[in-house]
Amino acid sequence: VRGRAFVLVALSVVAAGVFTARLDLNQYYYFAAYVVLQYVVLATAWNILGGYTGYVNFGTPAFFALGAYTAVVLIKALKAPLLAQLVAGAAVAGVLGLAIGYLTLRLRGVFFSIATLALAVVLQTVFVNWEYTGGARGFTVARPAAVPFVGNYVQFLFVVMLALAMVAVATARWIERSWIGRGLAAIRDNEEAAECMGVPTLRLKLVSTTVSGMLMGLAGAPFPYYITFVEPTSVFDLNYAVNSLAMPMIGGTTTWIGPLIGAVLLGTAQQIATVTISSALNLLLVGVILVAFVILAPEGIVGLIKRLARRGHS
Amino acid sequence: MVMFSLDLLLNALVAGILLGGFYAAVSLGISVAFGLLDIANIAHPVFVMLGSYVAYFMNVRFGFDPILTGLVFTPVFYALGVVLYRVYYTSFERKGAESLRGLVFFFGILFIVEVALLLAFGVDYRLVEARYIGESLRIGPVGIAFRLLVPCTVGVAMTGALYLFLSKTFYGRAIQAVAQDAFALRLMGANPFRVKDIAFGVAIATAALAGALLIMIGPVEPAMNREYIGRVFAVAVLGGMGSIGGTLVAGLILGVAESLTSTFSGPSWSVAVSFGVLLLALAVRPSGLFGR
Repeated sequence: VRGRAFVLVALSVVAAGVFTARLDLNQYYYFAAYVVLQYVVLATAWNILGGYTGYVNFGTPAFFALGAYTAVVLIKALKAPLLAQLVAGAAVAGVLGLAIGYLTLRLRGVFFSIATLALAVVLQTVFVNWEYTGGARGFTVARPAAVPFVGNYVQFLFVVMLALAMVAVATARWIERSWIGRGLAAIRDNEEAAECMGVPTLRLKLVSTTVSGMLMGLAGAPFPYYITFVEPTSVFDLNYAVNSLAMPMIGGTTTWIGPLIGAVLLGTAQQIATVTISSALNLLLVGVILVAFVILAPEGIVGLIKRLARRGHS
Repeated sequence: MVMFSLDLLLNALVAGILLGGFYAAVSLGISVAFGLLDIANIAHPVFVMLGSYVAYFMNVRFGFDPILTGLVFTPVFYALGVVLYRVYYTSFERKGAESLRGLVFFFGILFIVEVALLLAFGVDYRLVEARYIGESLRIGPVGIAFRLLVPCTVGVAMTGALYLFLSKTFYGRAIQAVAQDAFALRLMGANPFRVKDIAFGVAIATAALAGALLIMIGPVEPAMNREYIGRVFAVAVLGGMGSIGGTLVAGLILGVAESLTSTFSGPSWSVAVSFGVLLLALAVRPSGLFGR
């Protein structure tokens, strides 16, 4: 897809989203679609650091929750509008991403991953103890009234998340195709060699961690209005870490379309499984699918398709 | 906040030391798997959890003593470890793709075991019963609860046994050799794969007993393993990768630090301590206290 065509497609997807919102379907569909789109943002964000740069982040819940709690603070202190919450959530999570980026100076591979996991646990402890946002008891948010033209607030949030998903995918696609993406790939393949060849590794890693963190915060910022009750155990859920890493792994980590495919497939499958089977069993399924893909198809669905296409040609 | 007092401090110190012996037991498997074999098995704590639930099941159903259960199930966990390592080896290590995908693999295993435990036993806290668990001993102002003393004693015994195994037996020395130079071992005519097989089996086997100790200290629920990821890696890194004696020392340091924190600023902060220790160790001295 060419650049201009991509933008056109993205815009028409959002327009289709507005149209779908106006259809006023069964509310469940908007709730479910929101979650799937949220995973598109999280998986794409994770992949910018994990897939492009080769640093495995187990701390998705930390960034997501930081976005959500930034929104909570803004709602409580200023009654700020959603747009301000989005900007602030992304900014705060981006700063955390920047800090994580400096961490990569000392911590590589496994140690980096464990540090991100540590970050999530420490941050959760902070929010459990912070009375302003309700501590462990949680914080109740009142959803604003309906939005003209679009529909009620859940329908509006669905459109917002759709737009955010497009922003995330466009960002990932842009990074992948620019010199930044090539630099990140060089870091992924061999960081020492990249440094020796004059690739500004630290600066690129900082870009990667910051953008990845910002997008995760962006995914978290509308969450308080969506869920209306924010408490530490639900926003710091390990499911976010597992899913945001499983989805790119299943779709394919080297291109922007991989996480998109993975998130739509796995996200939708989970929504269906939650309704038809049970929510615990569907988590088990995610784990099994993740392990199966890592062992059997390390290139993901995109890799499988490429392999099939190559076989077709020869 | 609690007022500072000497009695409180003494009690916190003793509890911390006892807890530390137990932390060493939980971390031994990581010291072997991660420290010696360079396999970042972040699923280790979930196997400890599995050990806890086995102890719980045998205790509730047959009235088995938790420590006895731990010992009996050690061979089963050993076999589990061997199988897990074979899968890991054929899928990742042999292809030289272990670092990232291997990590994701273990993360997936962690998630599967945790959810499976959740499905089997639910989210309720479970505990075991044995005659000695409720008892305690008093020395002056200091109380020593048996539910901490027994795990600490067993933990120290496990550390000693593993130390002797690694330094005195043929296979133990082979494991140390594979950690130092697998290629040289191959030149000597030995098979590094076979040796690592045994080592990883031993690493997981420690989880059977460590799990029994965990459920003795307090009630458990499946998601608890995540708190222990930070703890075991903090202990393994702080102790100096692969150093068994260092594991015990680091376990004691972490135990005391957590106990003091939880006494003087509230129990909810004690989890953050381990991660603080880990980050500090990684940033300041990545080779640990007794690193090579």
